[in-house]
Amino acid sequence: MRTATPAERPGFAWAAPALLFFGLFGLAPVAVVVYLSLTAWNGLGSPQWVGLDNWRALPGDDDVTRGLGVTLALTALCWATQTPLALAFGTWAAGHQRARAVASAVFFLPLLLSTAAIALIWKALLDPNFGLPSQIGPWIGLPDGNVLGNRSLALYAIVLILLWQFLPFHMLLYQAAARQIPSSLYEAAELDGASPLRRFWHITVPQLRHTIIASSVLILVGSMTYFETVLLLTDGGPGNATRILPLHMYNQGFIAFEMGYASAVAVLLVVIGTGLSLLVVRVTGYARMTSQREGM
Amino acid sequence: MRSTYRIRVIGGTSLALAMLLATGCGTTGPGGGDAFQVWALEDAAVNELVEAGIEAYNADSDVPAELVTYVNDSYKQRLQVALGSPNAPDVFFNWGGGNLAQYVDAGQAVDLTGALEDAPEFRDAFLPSVLDVARIDDAYYGVPILGVQPVVLFHNRAVFEEAGIEPPETYDELLDAVDTFQERGVTPVTLPGAQGWTQLMWFSYLVERIGGPDSFQAVVDGEAGAWSDPAIVRAMEMCQELVDRGAFGTNFSSIDYDNGSASALLATGESAMFLMGTWDIARQQQDSPEFMASGDLGYTAFPTVEGGEGEPGAIVGNPSNYFSVNADSGHTDAAVDFLVETFASDEYVDGLIEAGQVPPIEGVEDRLQESEHADFAVFTHQLVSEAPSFTQSWDQALSPSASQALLTNLQLLFLGDITPEEFSQDMEQHL
Repeated sequence: MRTATPAERPGFAWAAPALLFFGLFGLAPVAVVVYLSLTAWNGLGSPQWVGLDNWRALPGDDDVTRGLGVTLALTALCWATQTPLALAFGTWAAGHQRARAVASAVFFLPLLLSTAAIALIWKALLDPNFGLPSQIGPWIGLPDGNVLGNRSLALYAIVLILLWQFLPFHMLLYQAAARQIPSSLYEAAELDGASPLRRFWHITVPQLRHTIIASSVLILVGSMTYFETVLLLTDGGPGNATRILPLHMYNQGFIAFEMGYASAVAVLLVVIGTGLSLLVVRVTGYARMTSQREGM
Repeated sequence: MRSTYRIRVIGGTSLALAMLLATGCGTTGPGGGDAFQVWALEDAAVNELVEAGIEAYNADSDVPAELVTYVNDSYKQRLQVALGSPNAPDVFFNWGGGNLAQYVDAGQAVDLTGALEDAPEFRDAFLPSVLDVARIDDAYYGVPILGVQPVVLFHNRAVFEEAGIEPPETYDELLDAVDTFQERGVTPVTLPGAQGWTQLMWFSYLVERIGGPDSFQAVVDGEAGAWSDPAIVRAMEMCQELVDRGAFGTNFSSIDYDNGSASALLATGESAMFLMGTWDIARQQQDSPEFMASGDLGYTAFPTVEGGEGEPGAIVGNPSNYFSVNADSGHTDAAVDFLVETFASDEYVDGLIEAGQVPPIEGVEDRLQESEHADFAVFTHQLVSEAPSFTQSWDQALSPSASQALLTNLQLLFLGDITPEEFSQDMEQHL
């Protein structure tokens, strides 16, 4: 057994290219956006310093408060749908059933499509007069097929599409992690007479704890800043029912050309997203990075 | 130990930075050399015409022109960033009205009034209502370059014949028609309400008919209380009246214009009327050629409103697009000469007609007779040339942030989520 001492670790110079890129494309833009959030700028000419004006306007902006609510609702719904399903499907896909490989491949397809293509396909599919709702709608109490134009159904439609699109990715995480669980644990439990459900609940889920946390952080932060599907599918409509905060930021910046104000919204999003992921990591004890695996 | 780490970090970082800088330095902006740049949207038919105009101009000019085209979606952002930078265009495509006013306010557009006065035959070639859209504070800053696109009320002739009624000429007739079609199970009016600009067409026409162009001008000028103008409030009430009466069916907020479903509803006879810009005829031709061949596509001007102060012939829509000259350009004289020489020339106007457009030029009815949709083209030209005023789509005329708020509020209004008073109150903040 060999213990690595700090002296033997590769030098920091190896991290320089990555650090440089992160600094240039990750940190520097954030710093510029923080500066822009203190200015008024329409993209023409040079930014005018306005101090905290943009920040003071935030709490009074209905679109920010409502947008934050919609964003949090979308994030919660995405987590509540994607995590249990990905866990269930992922564990199933880790097994050795007959149809597993084929079914997994089919499930995997949406991940290969571009987000824009997915949004446009679903938009066509959900057309009230020529799409699915016109056929299925009458059976499920929607005689006029009004899905994307209905305040709450539009949000559920977005959740469903995001579920369809991102499930395979999280499934893959769980599948890989579930395969690493030593089979001896299951064999021992089986000898003790544990039912498949108990084995899942008392072996699989605890063993996957870190994967659940990692996948949840990805879902939470991802949904928080998610944007393309909403822009293309509903553009925040009907009215402003699905106008999530990132879309409000885009509208303010690139449609209304209020770059300063849009930057303030962007910083708010960065803060909330970072805070959320820190909170999850802190609460779950993920930061301690202790191994859950047998013998390691 | 520590210091060697630091040296390695600093060394590695500066090396990588130097490489980045070295690779980034090779590019120079466009616009080098002695040509002046003309920026336009990518549009195969029209680009060709402008290109031909440029060739004719370059043949006997010291400073040649050069066309650079961009896709629609990113053009506004790109222009916004380029103006005021060394990579700015010399002549730029714009939407006139409020869009152009932004550049004028920033001192980035050349006043063309003098040039137009020096070339009266050029100035008088244009339909006045269209040229006026490029007039900001009594000076002209742009030259119309594309066909006119007013908003008209399309209808399905066969559906009207079956119901035994005539296309509505007044608002009351429109309401009667709505009731008739409802009873017959036909959606009276297609409204692609997923997009606020389609609702804006109804709203702005009603304001025009009730209050005349002054109500709109007050909004554009940012007069206090402009959004609480009685004509504007009444127009909002009428929009909600139409929704409540079922004029637009129940699922209008799901319908999207861009995927063609709205135009298809009219073509299939599932709806009877459709208020849309004249560009929709190209879509109908492409998507529903049988419908076009049957001659069932009817069109009229927007109905009049009894007791309204507006002129019955006034129109709303997209007057044209404009070319303006960048005030920072080193070639302003050459650029202005290019505009005057090219955009009212017979070659250019004939080219527009051939491309299926209705040029904003006086006295072209005879030439329009030979175009593809001759009747429609003549109808459109007549509508515009007889119009006392041509109100530009409000979302183009207002500042980007105000039009953004306007379109959202219109959607909320049509959904019944807000009252006209709440609408006015919210919009007052954006004056």
